Amino acid sequence: MTELDLLYSEVEEDLRSAVRAVLADRCPPQAVLARCEGPEPYDTGLWRVLAEEVGVAGLPVPEALGGAGASLRESAVVLEELGRACAPTAFLGSAVLATTVLLAADASAELTALAAGERTATLVVALPTAPEAPFPLGVRATGTGELTGTVAWVADTPAVGLLIVPADGPAGPGLYAVEAAEATLTPRGSLDLTRPLADVCLTGAPGRLLIGPDRAEAVLRQALLTGAALLCSEQLGLAEWCLATTVAYLRERRQFGRVVGSFQALKHRLADLWLDIAGARAAARAAADALASGASDAAILVAVAASHCSDTAVRAAEEAVQLHGGIGMTWEHPVHLYLKRAKADQLALGTPGRHRAALAALVDLPAPGAVATPRVPHV
Amino acid sequence: MTTAEELRTRTADLLAAHDPAATEPLEFLRARFDAGLAWVHFPPGLGGLGAPRALQAVVDAELAAAGAPDNDPRRIGIGLGMAAPTVLRFGTEEQKQRFLRPLWTGEEVWCQLFSEPGAGSDLAALATRAVHEAGDAEGGGDGPGGHWTVDGQKVWTSSAHLARWAILLARTDPDVPKHQGISYFVCDMTDPGVDVRPLRQLTGEAEFNEVFLTGVRIPDAHRLGAVGEGWKIAQTTLNNERVAIGGHRTPREGGLIGLLADVWREQPGARTHELHQRLLQGWTDAEVLRLTAERLRQQLAVGQPGPEGAAAKLAFARLAQQLTGLEVELLAEEGLGYGDWTMSRPELVDFTGRDAGYRYLRAKGNSIEGGSSEILRNIIAERVLGLPAESRSDKDVPWKESAR
Repeated sequence: MTELDLLYSEVEEDLRSAVRAVLADRCPPQAVLARCEGPEPYDTGLWRVLAEEVGVAGLPVPEALGGAGASLRESAVVLEELGRACAPTAFLGSAVLATTVLLAADASAELTALAAGERTATLVVALPTAPEAPFPLGVRATGTGELTGTVAWVADTPAVGLLIVPADGPAGPGLYAVEAAEATLTPRGSLDLTRPLADVCLTGAPGRLLIGPDRAEAVLRQALLTGAALLCSEQLGLAEWCLATTVAYLRERRQFGRVVGSFQALKHRLADLWLDIAGARAAARAAADALASGASDAAILVAVAASHCSDTAVRAAEEAVQLHGGIGMTWEHPVHLYLKRAKADQLALGTPGRHRAALAALVDLPAPGAVATPRVPHV
Repeated sequence: MTTAEELRTRTADLLAAHDPAATEPLEFLRARFDAGLAWVHFPPGLGGLGAPRALQAVVDAELAAAGAPDNDPRRIGIGLGMAAPTVLRFGTEEQKQRFLRPLWTGEEVWCQLFSEPGAGSDLAALATRAVHEAGDAEGGGDGPGGHWTVDGQKVWTSSAHLARWAILLARTDPDVPKHQGISYFVCDMTDPGVDVRPLRQLTGEAEFNEVFLTGVRIPDAHRLGAVGEGWKIAQTTLNNERVAIGGHRTPREGGLIGLLADVWREQPGARTHELHQRLLQGWTDAEVLRLTAERLRQQLAVGQPGPEGAAAKLAFARLAQQLTGLEVELLAEEGLGYGDWTMSRPELVDFTGRDAGYRYLRAKGNSIEGGSSEILRNIIAERVLGLPAESRSDKDVPWKESAR
């Protein structure tokens, strides 16, 4: 078992402060709420500031290509802050999922444009796709790279420039780059107002092969595993906001002649939630660090973190709604944005149940009737 | 400041002067204490060198590699984890010199006389009385400080039947509110007024004791800290207890989840989908707790202690109960059995060496002993989240007038 670094470095704390300052200035909860029903769901102005001034768009991109040459640990810290603000940005799709594929493909020109904040990209898979799911074959590619097919429930498509499309070609599965202008994007009604979803329809769209059949499955899996790992940090930040906001409210709100937060029944619920969040922090850091360092047990740590952080974020948001009482049910209080994000995140990149099922194989705890897998060394 | 290199040299010197293969274990342990290698963060002369606490691991690793005897820290856990840090912080020079060395070598076992039948979670409500009698200047009546006469009953006392000494909380002033009139003593367990009776528990064995104190005479020289300051001193003891309970470092799938996982692998016939879901949830929870404890350890190592100490104990209790209950179910018919109901007096809680039924029953204590889960949740809510305390009616009332 690898020695994990579960703390935050000074560089990471500096990055956190910078991102948090931008978000406090440009993305307060009321502004997110005001935007979410409008014509431009993603805040492109905010993205430009984060990309150009803080440099978050190209964190893991090499410095030679205009990126920061950082590790996934830093991307995880950015996601904590984006989760805390429930920020409407395409960071997960562009700077995590698509970037992981482009890095594997050594796609210098695309990475340079992404790191500069000039373009964004997204990975064209249904958002619920789990890392260990079979390679999606809904899009067919011809030998000359023309792509046809539809993928539903794709995240982070608004304002996107570049699509990274898994497709089944004559030689086998491949990952292709397609200009978004060549595709038809049909928005879906989305549970999470701050992360819109769309169906992507391709009819003979010209694509460029990025990763061929020899590596396509492994690279897609790595991208989904990375996304699932870093989503834990978004869920952590989201849960921390819910707890902090609820605690602040319960210290103010009075009923029965006393501050509501002095009732033991409520204190114990919040203490239990705090405990789960302390676990989420350790698990999310472990998953990010394991991927950043290429640890051999990374898949185990991602499965553990993904199932725990998903459930913790949902519970934090549900508790926040309940403990805010009537105000928690209103549209004007932003806590519903967090509830919707938390519930959608629970389905994204593998549900908790799917991650635990993946774990069963990884640590040799087979389901009833399953053929026992060889024991994977994990210590 | 002492470096790891200096500690390696000192350890090598100790091993050269006292070959572990040819030295009596007790003699070796005494020599180790005198060399300052017992707990390196303690002051020189008291088993330490005033070195950073983290460097203890360097010494322990070298000595283990050389096959040196250890002092069985589990058997003397109460002395090491609770009495020693309190004596070090609040004891007189004479008390430190008298108590710490035999405590560390294991020659003298300690127990803790805090809880009472009427004072568990509300520990400050304790009723055991200590009444002072002055001595005379010539040394009669236990010297110029005189002595205290103690009467009362204590309960849940682990190791009392083995102990030479006890840390004892007793009420020395009933006329002031309950937190103020308590003092802290070291009680001689061989005193004729000390009566230790086994307290059989739901597992069948008697791990704990009731202790009846009748006219026990404690010299004033065995008082720790100032008269009436016992509650504050007890906070040091209790905080150290929680760190000790939650601070273990376990490997992945270590402890209870390992036992459960092995049962699953070895008994394919007992598997159901419902048990599988609960097993995977338990495995995930165990790994999250392991990572939380590891993160706490890393924070401590860089001098950023977090409040996760209380959390680790709370989470451990919850998990232990969940996992042991699942294990009994998973064993099916075999889960109906129980090894032995004969009353025994174990020196240690042996979770892994006994059967699943024992583990299930014993784990019920994890959320009660060393601070109940309810009290720990209050601590987190009030000290970490900053929520207000419940209103208490007896906080400013003299103890003797409070409702009990």
